[in-house]
Amino acid sequence: MSVKQISVFIENKKGKLAEATKFIASHNINLRALSIADTQDFGILRIICEDPEKANEALREGGFLTTMTKVLAAPISDEPGSLAAILEVLSESNVIVEYTYASLSEKHGAYMILRVDDNQVAAAALAGAGIKTVDQADLF
Amino acid sequence: MANYYQPEVECASLEEMRAIQNEKLVKQVKRVYENVEYYRNLMDEKGVKPEDIQSIDDLHKLPFLTKADLRDAYPYGLLGTDLKNCVRIQSTSGTTGRRVVAFYTQKDVDMWEECCARAIMAVGGTNEDVCQVAYGYGLFTGGPGLNGGSHKVGCLTLPMSSGNTERQIQFMQDLHSTIICCTPSYAAYIGETVKEMGLKPEDLDLKAGIFGAEPWTEEMRRNIEKSLGIKAYDIYGLTETSGPGVSFECEEQTGMHINEDHFLAEIIDPETGEVLPEGEKGELVFTSLDKEGFPLLRYRTRDICVLSRKKCSCGRTLIKMSKPMGRSDDMMIIRGVNVFPSQIETVLLKEGYSENYLIEVDRVNNTDTLDISVELTPEQFTDTMKDLTAKEKALANAIKTMLGINPKVHLVAPKTITRSEGKAVRVIDRRKLHD
Ligand SMILES: [Zn+2]
Repeated sequence: MSVKQISVFIENKKGKLAEATKFIASHNINLRALSIADTQDFGILRIICEDPEKANEALREGGFLTTMTKVLAAPISDEPGSLAAILEVLSESNVIVEYTYASLSEKHGAYMILRVDDNQVAAAALAGAGIKTVDQADLF
Repeated sequence: MANYYQPEVECASLEEMRAIQNEKLVKQVKRVYENVEYYRNLMDEKGVKPEDIQSIDDLHKLPFLTKADLRDAYPYGLLGTDLKNCVRIQSTSGTTGRRVVAFYTQKDVDMWEECCARAIMAVGGTNEDVCQVAYGYGLFTGGPGLNGGSHKVGCLTLPMSSGNTERQIQFMQDLHSTIICCTPSYAAYIGETVKEMGLKPEDLDLKAGIFGAEPWTEEMRRNIEKSLGIKAYDIYGLTETSGPGVSFECEEQTGMHINEDHFLAEIIDPETGEVLPEGEKGELVFTSLDKEGFPLLRYRTRDICVLSRKKCSCGRTLIKMSKPMGRSDDMMIIRGVNVFPSQIETVLLKEGYSENYLIEVDRVNNTDTLDISVELTPEQFTDTMKDLTAKEKALANAIKTMLGINPKVHLVAPKTITRSEGKAVRVIDRRKLHD
């Protein structure tokens, strides 16, 4: 029902983001989604990948500050307005959406990654609207 | 239970104390002007004559002495009497610059030991106590000062000096020591060793400890009190004025009573030298009122603290000083406000941050900027921007409340602040580069 996201603290200094993404690439971490949020001072790199425990371990050993969070992945169709539909369902159930970003896989199509304040309530509300959130394995 | 060594002084009324101070100061300034050429020159340069000093209200007219003066006048330039009248030398370790060498006449030694006796009695010491002195002996003032004070009170004195901790604890047990005097870090170490030896605080007869000669925190106090089963008291002093016993804590543990019949205290603005009113924070300045061998007038200690005449429950009327909050050398003036790195550190630790931080001060468009970078801990890192920016804001607000000026806070990754010799570099003042 939910997937594990790794967040990596990135200082807003030249080369810091590249350092992190290079690290991910060189450790054969199979990425499914990646997003970056930043302010003037720092950024948070968020990734969805295969075997998140192992990837998190590697990042920590590499000296990165990380945290793991459970987020939802909801399939999204090509039709216009499908993201709006998801957000509306969540809003009607009083779920607060902290952030969203997209995940694409050739095999499985597009997903929205949703960071909400209550995964269970959100997943139930989406299920009620015929949108089935998926598990980690379904993304790979 | 009140316990005073010299109640007539320790509990004197303000008028009585002023009378003592006035009389001593007038005499002392005259004696110093006559005997100490170095200080006479300073007074002449300032155009101050001994007759200009009629009471302690005139104190501000006198020139300051600083550590640099002590260096310039080394070794005999500030001697206040003939060497043949002196009986003792004590000295500092001299870690910064040249060491301080202070001379004592027998009267100076007696006065100093009496100050220490007041401190011992203030923690409940009597002639029935066994006082273990685990400060270093020798040129360092800690051992000799408390040793002398312990004799004056009539305690059975154990001149242990520091080190050989298991033997210290053995003596404590065999001879039933009730009071321990040493540095706070050594007290903490003794506490750990007691535990390692499989002993409990109840296995010792200790009831009180007098700890000084280095900075220590309230948290250290609690730990020492717990590990040794005692009440832990602070004591303050410096070789330049005599040694430990310039001020001491009483049972209230809310600051140290200054032996102001011997050491007249002032708080000044470290930048302007202006005397500040009671209750304001600034640099502590001492005038020795009756020292003969090494009579320093208006000596700038570089310690930043606050004085208070608030009534104390112990019955002593001696003015109290706070624990030093920092060194005037570390002080920065940012947007006209005096800022000490230690103040910022206090906030960081209270808010759960690590002690790895960097303070950067600069001047942009004629305005001072204050940037504080602090390393995030893994526990503090979350995946939402909102949380992290809220943390930055909360920390900036807490620092603003402490300093009165707005800092810019930057959260950085662990281990990114450069360390030299294992310790983080704390302050970079770029304004100096522009001057
Ligand atoms: Zn008191």
